[in-house]
Amino acid sequence: MTETRIDRRMGKLKAEGRPALVTYFMGGDPDYDTSLSIMKALGRSGADIIELGMPFSDPMADGPAIQAAGLRSLKGGQTLVRTLQMAADFRKDDDETPIVLMGYYNPIYIYGVERFLTDAKASGIDGLIVVDLPPEMDEELCVPALRAGINFIRLATPTTDDKRLPKVLQNTSGFVYYVSMTGITGSALADTGKVAEAVRRIKQHTDLPVCVGFGVKTAEQARTIGASADGVVVGTAIVNAVANVLGPDGRRTADPAEAVATLVSGLAQGVRQARLAAAE
Amino acid sequence: MNKPAMPNSFRTGPDEQGMFGIFGGRFVAETLMPLILDLEEKWNEAKTDPAFRAELQALSTFYAGRPSKLYFAEGLTRHLGGAKIYFKREDLNHTGSHKINNCLGQILLAKRMGKTRIIAETGAGQHGVASATVAARFGLPCVVYMGATDVARQSPNVFRMKLLGAEVKPVSAGHGTLKDAMNEALRDWVTNVEDTYYLIGTAAGPHPYPEMVREFQSPIGTEARAQILEQEGRLPDVIIAAVGGGSNAIGLFHPFLDDKDVRIVGIEAGGRGLDGIEHCASMNAGRPGVLHGNRTYLLQNEDGQILDGHSISAGLDYPGVGPEHSWLRDTGRVDYVPVLDDEALEAFQLCTRTEGIIPALESAHAIAHAVKIAPSMGKDEVIIVNLSGRGDKDVHTVASMMGMEI
Repeated sequence: MTETRIDRRMGKLKAEGRPALVTYFMGGDPDYDTSLSIMKALGRSGADIIELGMPFSDPMADGPAIQAAGLRSLKGGQTLVRTLQMAADFRKDDDETPIVLMGYYNPIYIYGVERFLTDAKASGIDGLIVVDLPPEMDEELCVPALRAGINFIRLATPTTDDKRLPKVLQNTSGFVYYVSMTGITGSALADTGKVAEAVRRIKQHTDLPVCVGFGVKTAEQARTIGASADGVVVGTAIVNAVANVLGPDGRRTADPAEAVATLVSGLAQGVRQARLAAAE
Repeated sequence: MNKPAMPNSFRTGPDEQGMFGIFGGRFVAETLMPLILDLEEKWNEAKTDPAFRAELQALSTFYAGRPSKLYFAEGLTRHLGGAKIYFKREDLNHTGSHKINNCLGQILLAKRMGKTRIIAETGAGQHGVASATVAARFGLPCVVYMGATDVARQSPNVFRMKLLGAEVKPVSAGHGTLKDAMNEALRDWVTNVEDTYYLIGTAAGPHPYPEMVREFQSPIGTEARAQILEQEGRLPDVIIAAVGGGSNAIGLFHPFLDDKDVRIVGIEAGGRGLDGIEHCASMNAGRPGVLHGNRTYLLQNEDGQILDGHSISAGLDYPGVGPEHSWLRDTGRVDYVPVLDDEALEAFQLCTRTEGIIPALESAHAIAHAVKIAPSMGKDEVIIVNLSGRGDKDVHTVASMMGMEI
């Protein structure tokens, strides 16, 4: 398939000799306008790739923080139509930062796969991460997405052994997302030595960049994980930064976009020091 | 929606990808995929292994009490004045419902796979009790996820599970019902992949669960078919079962699917009526979607968000249904019709008074349909209703519906 913004960004970072900072946030949390300002703050404060979360009523692979964010977003009136609109609005100011939609299959299935791919492409979406579509179900969305010029980014996990890896990697493009542990989002970070070992293992099977997520919350962790990985994914920490400034009565104690910007600037520092850490 | 082509036999599914037509499949996170493939391999070995079958047979006979009786409900038949009504007495099984059939099969499989920890989800608590029971019997720790709403309305079953040594974890997400319990069980499984066996209670979820649970439940239909041939010398005209996820129904239906003169009816929870959202009639008022590892009919909004639904019966309070039912609906082999909360409650009381049998509210939905159709049928015609469970667990719910305190 043709080169996407993800390929270009990953190529550029490789030349710079540092890992990518991949940031996840929940689209529409707690409302559209605030969420769009958060997305813009991500772009400004050092995120190299943005994962735009599509809320789903039944997020089976997510921990309490992202579950709650999804519910806030749905309560705020977010739909798949509005999530695509958010990407399009972001693209008005930024035509370079790659956007990856992340979520579950049912809202896409109900929207209609072909219509979704057309609209996603038009909204400036570069890649998809759909948690509940393993390679066994590639005909559903993965193969049509590749035809439409959108990367389908597959998750590899500690349970994906060497025998299975080729199947998982077969139709993957953009990058490989290594889930650092068995479990749901927001759990404690796995042993970094084991993560580095797993990244090496995956790299024996593919030339694609390997990004690591699940459990990365601090700049220090981003620096350590980034020493061996091509990218570091941070999600729950960002979602929490939003939740922390939303009072229980809906009154905000600070600007959510500013809170996210502060966190992400620190994480960006972390990934910029990652290869120095590796050299130490 | 286009009807799928009529197959030569309705009993050959699923295909190798776990599909029944467009339904079923394996829509799970990558972390679980290797586990599901391993489960499929071990299940395929076990189901043809004579030793496995013999052990299950022995437990079914001496522990669960199979075969369950096919009972001529003479009082109810006389009261309605039409077709002869038979009950398949799954309520007489150990633990009081059909759920034990599946749990015995799966615990033997878990043991065979070397798993040391059992997790389960439950709605009414019948599957939770059956899981806790087999876990106690085989000395394995068991965690049961149960919606907080269901914990409140099924307190006797919660206590039974605790007595049996299981840990009951209330789930407060969503409406706190079966759907939310299943999400939480999947989160546990994705976290504890090495040692844990997920004992799904209904004929839904990723392949191979729908097929496997159907196989463990199909003695219901196999026995009923032989019993009615012996007792009446003929096949029934109509068979009826309640459908939540649909395990008792597929167990009764499957052995009859190719008997083309037998009319098969599945009963969905009509709740307070199909006009609003206070029902669980996914096949009458929902559309195909993807949840909990399979594609099937689901209650959902236009954005693909899953709705919670409502039923008086905790065991039917689920916005989806097993994928094979979705396929049987679209092929037209089985009719799925709704029964309202009030109709089920009335049938619950009628059955109790005319037969001296307190049925589970789930089963009362199936009885309610028999109450509707029997009077206009001939006296020589025969209906089999799956009495999937006993109603002791429901007396608090029924009392409050009737405005009484106990």
